[in-house]
Amino acid sequence: MIFQVINMSFALPEIFMMVMACIVLLVSAFMGKDSSSVSYWLSQFTLLITAFIIYLSISGTGGITFYGSYIKDPLSDILKLSICIINIFVLSYSWYYLKVRNLFNGEYYALATFATLGMLIMVSSTHFITLYLGLELLSLCLYAMVAMKRKSAMATEAAMKYFILGALASGMLLYGMSIIYGATGSLSLASISTAIQIGHLDNTVLSFGLVFLTIGIGFKFGAVPFHMWLPDVYHGAPTAVTLFISTAPKIAAFSMIMRLFVDGLENLHQYWQGMLIVLSVLSMIIGNVVAIAQTNLKRMLAYSTISHVGFLLLGVLSGTNEGYAASMFYVLIYALTTSGSFGMIILMGRNGFEADNISDYKGMNERNPWFAFMMLILMFSMAGIPPMAGFYTKLMVIKSLISVDLILLAIIAVLMSVVGAFYYLRMIKVMYFENPIEQIKLQAPIDIRILFSSNALLVLLIGIFPSSLMTICITIFS
Amino acid sequence: MIALSDYLILGALLFSLSIAGVFINRKNIIILLMCIELMLLAVNLNFIAFSYFANDMAGQVFVFFILTVAAAEAAIGLAILVVLFRNLNTISVAELNTLKG
Amino acid sequence: MNQNLLLIIVLAPLLGSIISGLLGKQVGRMWSHRVAIAGVGLAFIISIWVFKLVVFDDQTYNGQVYQWMQVGSISFEIGFLIDSLTAIMILVVTFVSLMVHIYTIGYMHHDDGYTRFFSYISLFTFSMLMLVMSNNFMQLFFGWEAVGLISYLLIGFWYKKPMAIYANLKAFLVNRIGDFGFLLGIAAVLMYAGSLDYVQVFIQAPEIAKKTISIFSDVQWSVMSLTCILLFIGAMGKSAQVPLHVWLPDSMEGPTPISALIHAATMVTAGIFMVTRMSPLFEFSDTALSVILVVGATTAIFMGFMGLVQNDIKRVIAYSTLSQLGYMTVALGASAYAAGMFHLMTHAFFKALLFLAAGSVMISLNHEQDIRKMGGLRKYLPITYWTSLIGSLAIIGFPGMSGFFSKDLIIESEHISSITGHDFAYFAILISVFITALYSFRLFFLVFHGQEHFTLHNGKQLHEPSIAVRIPLILLAIPSAVGGMFIGSIVFGDFFDGVILVLPEHNVLAYFGEEYHGLVSFILHGLMTTPFLLALLGVSVAYIIYVKRPNIAVRLRQRFTWFHKVLVNKYGFDNFNDKVLAGGSRLIARVFWKIGDLTLIDGVIVNGSAKIVGLAARMVRHIQTGYLYHYAFAMILGVWLLLTLFVV
Repeated sequence: MIFQVINMSFALPEIFMMVMACIVLLVSAFMGKDSSSVSYWLSQFTLLITAFIIYLSISGTGGITFYGSYIKDPLSDILKLSICIINIFVLSYSWYYLKVRNLFNGEYYALATFATLGMLIMVSSTHFITLYLGLELLSLCLYAMVAMKRKSAMATEAAMKYFILGALASGMLLYGMSIIYGATGSLSLASISTAIQIGHLDNTVLSFGLVFLTIGIGFKFGAVPFHMWLPDVYHGAPTAVTLFISTAPKIAAFSMIMRLFVDGLENLHQYWQGMLIVLSVLSMIIGNVVAIAQTNLKRMLAYSTISHVGFLLLGVLSGTNEGYAASMFYVLIYALTTSGSFGMIILMGRNGFEADNISDYKGMNERNPWFAFMMLILMFSMAGIPPMAGFYTKLMVIKSLISVDLILLAIIAVLMSVVGAFYYLRMIKVMYFENPIEQIKLQAPIDIRILFSSNALLVLLIGIFPSSLMTICITIFS
Repeated sequence: MIALSDYLILGALLFSLSIAGVFINRKNIIILLMCIELMLLAVNLNFIAFSYFANDMAGQVFVFFILTVAAAEAAIGLAILVVLFRNLNTISVAELNTLKG
Repeated sequence: MNQNLLLIIVLAPLLGSIISGLLGKQVGRMWSHRVAIAGVGLAFIISIWVFKLVVFDDQTYNGQVYQWMQVGSISFEIGFLIDSLTAIMILVVTFVSLMVHIYTIGYMHHDDGYTRFFSYISLFTFSMLMLVMSNNFMQLFFGWEAVGLISYLLIGFWYKKPMAIYANLKAFLVNRIGDFGFLLGIAAVLMYAGSLDYVQVFIQAPEIAKKTISIFSDVQWSVMSLTCILLFIGAMGKSAQVPLHVWLPDSMEGPTPISALIHAATMVTAGIFMVTRMSPLFEFSDTALSVILVVGATTAIFMGFMGLVQNDIKRVIAYSTLSQLGYMTVALGASAYAAGMFHLMTHAFFKALLFLAAGSVMISLNHEQDIRKMGGLRKYLPITYWTSLIGSLAIIGFPGMSGFFSKDLIIESEHISSITGHDFAYFAILISVFITALYSFRLFFLVFHGQEHFTLHNGKQLHEPSIAVRIPLILLAIPSAVGGMFIGSIVFGDFFDGVILVLPEHNVLAYFGEEYHGLVSFILHGLMTTPFLLALLGVSVAYIIYVKRPNIAVRLRQRFTWFHKVLVNKYGFDNFNDKVLAGGSRLIARVFWKIGDLTLIDGVIVNGSAKIVGLAARMVRHIQTGYLYHYAFAMILGVWLLLTLFVV
């Protein structure tokens, strides 16, 4: 029997993170009440070191390890790095949120670290088993996080809905995997790809499996009609958790679609393109239209997320390297902008008060012009107004559509972004042109203010100098 | 000799049954959890059948992982259920409707 | 050449601007002006070094600094093109800017917007440098619009003065007309050359010159002529050529330092610079060159006349700027680009000097601007007097002074040029030599000689302003006086070889190059030509009318009332613009607004569709019922949809 030595070094970031996650868990379990700041700093330290390890290995060689189930390539490096960085932002916001409200102890950070680990595994997986395990590790942590505010009926209701629908979706994903496994005889994406390439497979069976895979992905993203969980969970969960769910997991979901559809099933492009078109058009329309009727900011952002998912899928479904790069750029900018938007809600709130109604922002410009301006940057970016980063993301996906002659789809996308601009601009109208109802004093300390400002300014900066990040995305796929 | 297609049909039936259970049931959340378990078992049946007929062990290995994850999932699901019951004093699906719109 | 060095040139003023603008309150007035001056000073020092590298070490640079984005095959980028043309421009810009920065300390001393002003002029320096150092049309356009914006901000600097607001609105609108042409020109370049990079475009110029385009039915237009004329319309706006000149005299509402920097020395010459830079395009269109020639000549003569009747010290100089810009434009039209550039350089020095001197007079007299209320200031303001004299001699082209060389050369070039319209141009600028001398010395004599017409409040002693005002005057007087002696190396040498393209049949300067035998003979030759005699005549007439026999001026005005009226009314340009253009377009706009905007667009399209979308939103949100089984059912529906669409 021949022993192969497994190349563990490719998985070094995950191994480190797993060890640290266990430590964070133990610390929070044994230190009890006082554990929150220790766990917080430990988890931040973990993210930072992991990011550093990933950064060091970027220039190193890539490859597949763990018997063809694990991959290290430029895509995984960049996505992992951005997941870690985004989560550093997210945890900093959350810390302030939780500390002010005296909520939970270290468990939040332990769960967040494990969820991050799950995302990293998803990003690097090139095998159905690893992908599924990463996905479940992430999802289970998220269910628990949503339910963490035990006394809140809203949070537990959201958690229950999320859990049931999530389990349903992952069951469907598994069913799809089993069909593909049956058709191709393999669980590894590379072998699946070659099996399809060689041919002689029944396309009906494959596309039958593909439908179920699409549902799994669509659910993770929150694409219509698999989006129903998203507004309720965003609304019901504590803002810190909403912030967590809405940012990095979307990057992981992007990696999932890239691994499954592009690495594994690229030859079925003609089938999944059609499915994604359906999801994407529905998402853009439902997301943008329903967002207009919302009065709760978190809910509005949830619908805006749905519409952004629609845009994001446009790049992937174009099936070109240019399109994949556009989608990647989109998801990164989306995560950054969203973290800022929820960060604003956290910044504005205080113990016993969530600033999650749109009317809470009335006359914000009079109360605090600087933060009103930062929010303006974020809203402009989401609406896709130049020179904010969001403009280039939309421009790039639409360009990739035009290059494959999906003109009608491009027109729908442009129309929907016009509709979308409506509710973002309404937010600005509320902030700048309406009189404040009450004088809500900002209580956030200086560090969280700086964090938020730098988050928003980064969106502006990338908007002015988009090419560096764009170039990274483009080189990954060429 | 039972053919592959028989296993697949059984799997598909179980799968459909579980899905139907999720959206027809309006009474009890525990039944939902059971349906989800059933769904995973249907998938497992598929995997094992394919694995056996294709003579490939990987499918059966996957089944072990799925069983493990299913256990974890059930644990979390029940935990959420307990919390929910404490807050609402009910486990009826039809009463979970404060978040909407 | 080191790219970082070039970056420092543009970024140092930008940094100064940001610090004095955003942190002005925190760092205080003192540090605002220190930082701003340090930034521009650094840029100036490096410009000297770059000039040395380009001129003496024969180095050039053309490279991309940053790629902004790539759309199809067209790249939008920031890049620098450094050659002798750029080197001389950055030197002039940073030098004059530095002088104006220093001068501002004294001039704006009591103003509340002190730090804001420094922030603006540093930002202007940055934009102007971006404009001249660009290696592509996009950055050129960026710089073009940026200097326009800052000019707008600075004209309206005293935003509480209604006249200032009127003036900056006017400048803004008139420049939009020019920019529209400019943008169309750039679009034409992009369409036919497929690139925005100068070098790429210039290589294709001979090819483009052969193409034609039909705009109205069957008439074939030369693409090159069309492009060049469109670009030149941009230059007409920025360099204030007839009929887009109307904004410049009004721009004098801004503070004097910016009149010197922006509306005399640098920004208004951007058009001249641009045409020179585009010489590889303009050379291929005789039509465009003719247009330039005629427009320039018209500006030179008619704007000069108006200088004769103005009584506002700054407006007189403003009209002289217009006339001198006409000279430069004429030079471009005759393909004497080097002469035009040379005049641009000398003009920058002496015109900045004249403005700053005017500012100095104004400070001494409590911001009095009417020259009828001055006179006899010679003994109170000796430094201002002597520097003004140098500036005035330079502007009239007194042999030996800087203006003499550039002006003489332009006049002679017109004489032998073969472009259509050169006879008209020749006579126009010959006459305007006389006019220039007349109004320049009218101003000079009325301000510094004759009787004292001013009254000082509460016995204030009349004296020279602070040292910060005097130093720039002296430093600018030096190049105004002796700047002309570089003519041999700049115009006749190989200075602009490979930078400015002149086709052999247009090359008028080559002829003078052969004739040129050193400075002294040039000056001696100049003493015997008509322009000199005309200038002398102008000065003498001014002396007789305004110093010896002031009543002649009054009698002349009575005698030629109609002519005086025409001039005071600025040939009716402003009335025409206000009544016909502005009034007419307002009328049309109102009709469109009522019918198109209010009824159709606002009523039906915008509000109507917003209503429908809002209604849809309220209906669709009810899909989200809140019931788990409905959510699951939606997912099942999705499965069913995908299965029926793509599998069965």
